[in-house]
Amino acid sequence: MSDVNTDYQIVAFCCQYCAYAAADLAGGLRLQYPPNVKIIQIPCTGKMDVLYALQAFEAGADAVMVAGCMPGDCHFLEGNLNAMRRVERVKDLLRQIGLEAERIKMFHISSSMASQFVSATEEMLRTVEKLGPNPLRMNGKASRKETHVRRVS
Amino acid sequence: MQNTPKEELRNNPESETDPIGAVMVVGGGIAGMQAALDLADQGFKVYLIEAKSAIGGKMAQLDKTFPTNDCAMCTISPKLVETGRHPNIELMTLTQVVDVRGEAGNFTVTLQHEPRYVDNSKCVACGDCEKVCPVIVPDRFNENLIKKHAIHKLYPQAVPNAYAIERRGISPCRDACPAGQRAQGYIALIREGRYQDALRVIKMDNPFPGICGRICNHRCETACNRGLVDEPINIRALKRFVTDKVYAEPRQPIEPAPRLYPQRVAIIGAGPCGLTAAQDLAKAGYGVTVFEAMPVAGGMLRLGVPEYRLPTWIIEREVQDILDLGIELRLNMQVNNLDDVFAEGFDAVLIAVGAHEGIRLRIPGANLEGVLVNTHFLRDVRLGKYVSRHEDGRPLEEGKLQLGKNVLVLGGGNVAVDCARTAVRLGAKVAMACLESRDTMPAHPWEVQAAEEEGVQIYNDLTFEQILADEHGHACGVECMRVASFYFDESGRLHVEKVPESNFVIPCDTVIFSVGQRAGLAFIPDDAGVGITHKQTIAIDPNTMAATRPGVFAAGDSVSGTAFVIEAVASGHKAAESILRYLQGEALERPPKPELPVVRLSQQEIEERIARGEIHRKGRVPLPELPPEIRRVSFEEVEGGYDDESAQEEAARCLACGVCSECMSCVFACGAKAINHDMPPMREEVKVGAIVLAPGYEIYRAELSEEYGFGRYPNVITALQYERYLSASGPTFGHIQRPSDGRQPQRIAFLQCIGSRDQTHDYCSAVCCMYATKEAIMTKEHHPEIDLQVFMMDMRAFSKGYWAYFERAEKTYGIQYTRCRVSCVKEDPQTHNLWLTYQDEHNQLHSREFDLVVLSVGMEISPEVRNLGRRLGIELDAYGFCHTVHFNPVQTSRAGIYAVGPFREPKDIPETVVEASGAAASAAAQLSRARFQLTSTPEFPPERDVSNEEPRIGVFVCHCGSNIGGYLDVPAVTEYARYLPYVVHAEDNLYTCSQDSIRHITEQIKALNLNRVVVASCTPLTHQPLFQDVLRAAGLNPYLFEMANIRNQCSWVHSHDWEVATEKACQLVRMAVAKAALLTPQQTISVPIEHCALVVGGGVSGLSAALNLAQQGFKVHLVEREAELGGNLRRVVTAFPAGTMNALEGEPQALLATLIQQVKSQPNILLHTQSRVVDFGGFSGNFVTKVETNEGKRQEIRHGVTILAIGGEEYRGAEYGLGSHPAILTQLDLEEKIALYPDQIRSWKSLAMILCVGPAEQYCSRICCSVALKNALALKELNPQLQITIFYRDIRAYGFKERLYTQARARGVLFIRYTADQKPQLSFADEQGILIEAIDLALGRKICLRVDALALSMPVVPSETAKEISKLFKVPLGADGFFQEAHVKLRPVDVSTEGIYIAGMAHYPKLVDESIIQALAAASRAGRVLSQEAISAGGRVAVVDAAKCTACLTCVRICPFHVPQIKADQKGVGGIQGAVTIEAAVCQGCGTCVAECPARAIQLMVFTDAQILAKVSALFAWEGAPEVCLT
Repeated sequence: MSDVNTDYQIVAFCCQYCAYAAADLAGGLRLQYPPNVKIIQIPCTGKMDVLYALQAFEAGADAVMVAGCMPGDCHFLEGNLNAMRRVERVKDLLRQIGLEAERIKMFHISSSMASQFVSATEEMLRTVEKLGPNPLRMNGKASRKETHVRRVS
Repeated sequence: MQNTPKEELRNNPESETDPIGAVMVVGGGIAGMQAALDLADQGFKVYLIEAKSAIGGKMAQLDKTFPTNDCAMCTISPKLVETGRHPNIELMTLTQVVDVRGEAGNFTVTLQHEPRYVDNSKCVACGDCEKVCPVIVPDRFNENLIKKHAIHKLYPQAVPNAYAIERRGISPCRDACPAGQRAQGYIALIREGRYQDALRVIKMDNPFPGICGRICNHRCETACNRGLVDEPINIRALKRFVTDKVYAEPRQPIEPAPRLYPQRVAIIGAGPCGLTAAQDLAKAGYGVTVFEAMPVAGGMLRLGVPEYRLPTWIIEREVQDILDLGIELRLNMQVNNLDDVFAEGFDAVLIAVGAHEGIRLRIPGANLEGVLVNTHFLRDVRLGKYVSRHEDGRPLEEGKLQLGKNVLVLGGGNVAVDCARTAVRLGAKVAMACLESRDTMPAHPWEVQAAEEEGVQIYNDLTFEQILADEHGHACGVECMRVASFYFDESGRLHVEKVPESNFVIPCDTVIFSVGQRAGLAFIPDDAGVGITHKQTIAIDPNTMAATRPGVFAAGDSVSGTAFVIEAVASGHKAAESILRYLQGEALERPPKPELPVVRLSQQEIEERIARGEIHRKGRVPLPELPPEIRRVSFEEVEGGYDDESAQEEAARCLACGVCSECMSCVFACGAKAINHDMPPMREEVKVGAIVLAPGYEIYRAELSEEYGFGRYPNVITALQYERYLSASGPTFGHIQRPSDGRQPQRIAFLQCIGSRDQTHDYCSAVCCMYATKEAIMTKEHHPEIDLQVFMMDMRAFSKGYWAYFERAEKTYGIQYTRCRVSCVKEDPQTHNLWLTYQDEHNQLHSREFDLVVLSVGMEISPEVRNLGRRLGIELDAYGFCHTVHFNPVQTSRAGIYAVGPFREPKDIPETVVEASGAAASAAAQLSRARFQLTSTPEFPPERDVSNEEPRIGVFVCHCGSNIGGYLDVPAVTEYARYLPYVVHAEDNLYTCSQDSIRHITEQIKALNLNRVVVASCTPLTHQPLFQDVLRAAGLNPYLFEMANIRNQCSWVHSHDWEVATEKACQLVRMAVAKAALLTPQQTISVPIEHCALVVGGGVSGLSAALNLAQQGFKVHLVEREAELGGNLRRVVTAFPAGTMNALEGEPQALLATLIQQVKSQPNILLHTQSRVVDFGGFSGNFVTKVETNEGKRQEIRHGVTILAIGGEEYRGAEYGLGSHPAILTQLDLEEKIALYPDQIRSWKSLAMILCVGPAEQYCSRICCSVALKNALALKELNPQLQITIFYRDIRAYGFKERLYTQARARGVLFIRYTADQKPQLSFADEQGILIEAIDLALGRKICLRVDALALSMPVVPSETAKEISKLFKVPLGADGFFQEAHVKLRPVDVSTEGIYIAGMAHYPKLVDESIIQALAAASRAGRVLSQEAISAGGRVAVVDAAKCTACLTCVRICPFHVPQIKADQKGVGGIQGAVTIEAAVCQGCGTCVAECPARAIQLMVFTDAQILAKVSALFAWEGAPEVCLT
């Protein structure tokens, strides 16, 4: 295995019109970013539910990123603005239960901004590295189980 | 004889009644796509023609769009995908329209399809080909800032998502080579250090590369275009280099070619020709035996070329490579009788015996002792019979020979030189004598020179009388005479005029004749049936190489006389091909092959490429050579070879003339077998009812304005290049760089109007002010520290939101705007910085240094498009812009052909999109009877009911060639998937999306009874619809499908870590499977629609929209407040002069009268005048509206669509004393005066106009400048003496309206600019006139002006009913009170509510033609809905569980589309009356309401909470998850 700490898991909820397409383009341009980031496609960040983020943290995610269109560019007019508001709400809730609010962040990434997508993932990984693992999973509360890779000769 | 269109139409009675239900759209840019989509949605078959390899046009090249700074790619790419997948749009890329015959309703279009060389239907765009393509050429999509490969995808998001090969033609090197060697290809591979691949390319056409690399006469170099720059590429040396390089490595055993056929071929002669043919025939699967009379194979190569030129080892190596294919070689076998060969059972014979017989001149003494013949001499030396005199003193061995001391070679050809130089090496003193002069010697000059360097003396212009003998009868000299002149007659006989009494003797002891060779044909008896020519060569058919006896072929020197190796090779190939055809029983003549042009670069193109910096002058890299003193005593190879570095340096000089060189690297790399280099161009005829031309524009070629240094100064770039720098997916990923040194510039200047508003362009390009502002803003967004200065004449921010955008640029971002046209750019050659000298508005002179200069280049029409116009017979102006006809602004001069976009007049994206829809509406009205005549709907089997089945998931994992499989363990991922819950089948495919895989998946679904499918491959954004169709074809609901994007999210982005990428792929597959298990079928429902439209507003926009929809066959209710139709246009009387508006060059009132008359006589239109809308409800397809007359009579109208065309009004505020004086007028008042009181105008001496009054200080009302200029010209027409002064802030005469400005200045109208803080002041107004005071900026002082009349350009303001209508129809108003469109750029006539469209001045102020086009566009959008039988709804939509709904209104408030509605008849939570309903037909599927609903009563189908949370938990917790075992 390489020196990448794949133990950290970052869930990225990406709107299919912008951020998801930017991640696709990052691939097309062969830009490399931390493998810790796992993308879940949603039609619009307006669909981003406070519950999804909380459930992800409860399951053991070390960070959650929400990535939608540029402000004013939402394919569904205002979905990304609603998402911003909900991300703020999650931050509040995290603070209340004693988790760091920085574990969730909203990004605005248009479909051509592949390198900005990459920097967003890097930024999230740096945040997690600074904060350490999600304490929920350290306390054994999260039922997280790793994928095991075994080399068979 | 061809019918004239008229006759044809008469001969075809159907066309009289039935137009063809298909439309051709020419141009695949944003306009073409929009027109195509609008028409296809309305039930017409669309052929979308694009000259490039992908659609997208200029907009795909843009970074952002103004004035919203939206990402251009984000906005265009959904359109690309939609266009690419529309069942009624047939994309034809790399295609041009050649000819159009017929008439409106029935055109026959001839198309030319250029070859793509890649089969679209097979290419999966994996990109493996691009990785191996060695040819790199400037990337035009990136405006030549970087390079791309000859095989390429135009841009990452390109549609069709397939590669294409750019090939300009055949490179001259290949053309010149008899064997067609792909020199350009192997040179490119050498440049990349790919020597094995290079040799493979060479060997495809020539089995003797090492030999040709040494002794070829390389006609390729003579033809090489590089010779026009400096020196040709040293192709021969490169070929030698690469063979030496590969042959130095251990030889890989050659696999024998599999024998496929029983027939055998005999080849007589193991020279280059015979062996080439032997190779081809063996590879084709035939048995081959080669007969060779000599003890060694290689023919002339081995026995005729001296060792110092061609070492034996290389011949042996290359011969062995051929023999190892399984060819039998019989040495020392002289064939004496062809009958014996056939008797042995051979089915065909190839005679390739070469020309080994030397010729002696018939002169006295020719047979003396000491007289030799070239071929025998050289052969004996190579066979080792001669001993060098350098080893004098040793006794001669038995059977060995020694040459005399003084050798004279008779002859001036290359063989003669070989003999001479060989004799030198054997220790003789050597001279050559020949008939020709030094300049005309047949030998290559460099050979002659090398011989001289080695000490050979050369006698020219001689004829040989006799060879003298000494007392022993041994030759001792040659008696010669001087030649005055000679020639060969038609029969080849030599005629010589000798100089009388010029006899002299050249003494020598050995004479070698080298005056020609011929084949040794002794074995062919006269009765063998094989004819011989009088030149002693074998008679053949030159096309087939067949001799006169069936089954006998002949090739090489034995048919052509002495030639070069490469010709022998070519001849061998040709003979082999004929023999193959003979053995297969086919006609010997081969069918003609399409021929590509040979790319011969002109000196002009060379110079242009040098000027652009694409070519740097640099001569050949020299080759090492042995010094003559060593050469004289040794048979060691004279010429050395390149080393790696110098070979690559030499290879890099190649100009890649043909672009693709057919090196076949891509063919070997393509796993999908999609590449076909022999694809021919094709012609096709297509029948259509109408044609929409949207060919777009070209940017002005800035190098033509030499004063700005584009092309010469690296740091002067075009705005489109700057756009590519800014683009996050551009060549620098969005980093702004100076081309000269890659540094980030600190000071950037934008120069406006390059190629616009100048002596050669009398029009304004209309977009440059805004795009420069956009680029400046984007620069500031990234780097606030960069200093930006824009040099312009006027700021033409004339459209919606543009003025605010400009003000933000100036005030918020601090971009400096200077009103000056800079006349030239100077470069500091040391720093490559640029100096601009300019004068500001106060006449101050400045000189300033910049790091980068961006030229805001204007729009032009390309020569190709002008040709297209000519071919189609439509009228174009001198610039190539298309004329459109009176009263129909998108109609060209030829009925049934429409023109849109910048092809009509320079314009921006929204107007282009509007015109595209407008043209679609016009075509739809023309062809309405033929709707759905030619469209098709894909047929699928009935869906299987899976509701009671447990999930049975099939997982298909894609290798994507090497794109996934090369970076992660696909078999391991597949194996892992096998053990995931509900997975009953997992397999991996090389390309899951290839046609055969798709068939296979369909079969697997049926065979294994799968009810859910997961594909782990690339992105669902492009591939999901494709796989969903696979499910449908297998009888599954398409929503039972999920994708894991393991290419874009694993292999490509973690390509350096096999295990990490594999692990993540497993996780993504696990997540996809978890969601798939919860997927449910989604049914679409059909909602029938009302085929009727409501148009609100009876002005020119409402009338035009209503008329078009009625002509399309739909019923229209037209509601107008007033008693009279016509709106604002009723007050417009002065016409625009010819050429200033492109269309509508007519009297406005005539236009209006016609329009009203047409509307009134149209039975489909129901007029409701003096009426207003009082109630509105429903949704797209099913609206209900109540209309009330002034008398209070109400009527309910049910309609499918709504068009709001309520117009605008002229502002009538009290600014500048309006209303206080009879001579203070608005422009509309002035028009009235012009029409009704011309005498009053004739009495005026002076008049002033003030532009930008009142609200126009806040937003640009767009039309005022043009109207003011138009009226000024009308005034001058009535009263040429009238002094007109126009006070303005910017003259926004966009497009052809610039000509109004030019004409006004030419007619003496005065223009005085003012600023917002120093507006003109009205001092007083009385019977004497009106006194105006203003500051003249140029003079820097106050001026006073007394005028007889003052015309105020009052802006258009929203109609007084706008607010009311906005509330009623829930259509939002923008900041300035006009209706807000759904998307500024791409949905300019749609609003956020489906089924409602806006047109005309209700949207924004616009001129009459613009209003008409927008009305047509609204009609087109409306026609998309009305032409359907029903709206199909469902899939990804929000669904309410009423039992949970508390009717709290949260969803109603948050939905941006106003879809949720509380219905009283629904029962909510606890059975309480009232719950929300979300109409599936109008739900947009964003899920905003779902995430907001406090009762969780709403779910978004396909993205339910359970499904998303299943993904989340699958990432983290999955008890019993299997281990990943790397294979």
